Amino acid sequence: MTVLVQGLDVALGGRRVLKGVSLDVPAGSWTAVIGPNGAGKSTLLRAVLGLVPSKGEVTVAGVDLGKLKPRQRARMIAYTPQSPNLPVGMTVFDYTLLGRSPYIPHLGREGARDRAVTAEVLDRLDLTAFAARRLGHLSGGERQRVVLARALAQQTPVLLLDEPTAALDIGHQQQVMELIDRLRLSDELTVVTTIHDLTLAGQYADRLVLISGGRVAVAGEPAQVLTRSAVEEHFDARVRVTPGAGGRPVLSLERP
Amino acid sequence: MSPKLRRASAGASPDVSADVRRRPGAVPPAGQARLRPVSLVMAAALLAATLLAGVLVGAAGLPVGGVLKALADRLPFVHVDSGLGVIDENVLFQLRVPRALMAALVGGMLAMAGAGYQGVFRNPLADPYLLGAAAGAGVGATMVIVLMPGDPGYAVPLAAFVGAISGVFLAYVLGSTAGRASGAATLVLAGVAVSSFLASVQTFLQQFKAEELQRIFSWLLGGVGSADWRQLALIAPYSLVSTVVLLAHGRLLDVLSVGDDEAASLGLSAARVRLTVLVAASLATACAVAVSGLIGFVGIVVPHIVRRLAGGSYRIVLPLSLLGGAAFLGMADLVARTVVEPAELPLGVVTAFVGGPFFVAVLRSSRREVEI
Repeated sequence: MTVLVQGLDVALGGRRVLKGVSLDVPAGSWTAVIGPNGAGKSTLLRAVLGLVPSKGEVTVAGVDLGKLKPRQRARMIAYTPQSPNLPVGMTVFDYTLLGRSPYIPHLGREGARDRAVTAEVLDRLDLTAFAARRLGHLSGGERQRVVLARALAQQTPVLLLDEPTAALDIGHQQQVMELIDRLRLSDELTVVTTIHDLTLAGQYADRLVLISGGRVAVAGEPAQVLTRSAVEEHFDARVRVTPGAGGRPVLSLERP
Repeated sequence: MSPKLRRASAGASPDVSADVRRRPGAVPPAGQARLRPVSLVMAAALLAATLLAGVLVGAAGLPVGGVLKALADRLPFVHVDSGLGVIDENVLFQLRVPRALMAALVGGMLAMAGAGYQGVFRNPLADPYLLGAAAGAGVGATMVIVLMPGDPGYAVPLAAFVGAISGVFLAYVLGSTAGRASGAATLVLAGVAVSSFLASVQTFLQQFKAEELQRIFSWLLGGVGSADWRQLALIAPYSLVSTVVLLAHGRLLDVLSVGDDEAASLGLSAARVRLTVLVAASLATACAVAVSGLIGFVGIVVPHIVRRLAGGSYRIVLPLSLLGGAAFLGMADLVARTVVEPAELPLGVVTAFVGGPFFVAVLRSSRREVEI
């Protein structure tokens, strides 16, 4: 489903963090939000979710998110934070089952369908063997997949992933990104991720949105956004940009 | 499952079989933590045994057979001649039965309230007195003892109840107006401030009447020696309400364990759940302190033992804490009134003295992770 953000303003503690940010994320596409530290990338995702007060309009498939009840919204958008809280004693199954919360009556308990969806998601992410494992006993890569599993159990058309590859080695980064891409294609999900690694963002996303100083600086296809001058201007970094497979840009640092 | 997806995640292939072998039966096979009937039955049996022991043991030396018959006689449609005299019957039904029930009720309320507080604050060291319930109750009780000459009767429990509720209310209002929203950390700080303030008020009050110090301290140290049916009837309805509310919130406390923001992204208002659980748990705490004074240890240790033995989900911890706390305090009261017969030890002293080593034993014998 298309995600449309129009004129989003966010002020935190009196400081304007986002200033009139607009995004257009076509249904079924992958948009990566990039930008230097403190640019407001995470705040943008949190504002779309309604976790921080904001001005502006956010619609998903034409539905104004601000007018939805929290449970209805949680059936439209799933979110994984940059550093999720993982209760160490909880099992992988129970943690994934939390994703069914928007479907379970407030004081009720989960039904057979919720358990079935949870088991199916675990199966798809190759986590079935981990179902009884406690979260405190997982490696970084496993943890990231489990957090993704919880988001998928929400069965939402839109996924907002805040730095899904943070703290992963290059192999696990690739695994997680491939996994997200496959799920996006098979389930026709609309994916928005923030991501630090510009080359990684350029390899996987259909569109990049560069946020700098709380505003959208550039948006478009990876090759249009990831230019030597844009990276120098907004990240204060000197890089060489070379076209890789499919024209997607590959960045390498240049020593001054 | 597509082959590509399989390949993508094959690198992180787990050595799960070893993990399962190490802990046979520790987790249900599907990986879902649930309240197993066997745990429930065992806790209930423990509580029943404790209640029975509480009724049978005492200074008056009632015949076991007679007591059992007298108890059976009270069951509907059962008529047995107990052979007990009027005095013995009175000892049994006016002293021992209410006392055993009161110990169980107080223990159950404190342990369940403790579990609720721990869920709300996502901290296994939170206890039901965290937000000023104890200090508030102390002020209420001390005020009555100091200001009302003679026998205050039910004024002490009533004042303690009101004091406990007021203490928590004060802390909540302070905590949610001082900080943005009702963050857990701000609430705890407000609780600390309110507790210290009320404790100083209590100390100030008790200095007025040094001759009442012993009564004040004997209330503060806690006990259920003065339990009677009327007190039981006074707190039963509130206890019932908080029990129903808290047990209904087990799943929501599990959702809350991922933090306020993530809970919100799952469609849950953390502030609303926190307020509801705090109100219910504080009501349970107020019931307990009103009739028994300040009994520490139960609210922290019982939920913790339950977590270690049965699992960390609040759907398990809340009901088993209720039963386990009731059994624990029943046993503690048994110790309190038998060890130095005919005198009695303060119950709060016993819970820590007996509970401490017991807790260490559980910690050592169980290899489970600390689950929050």
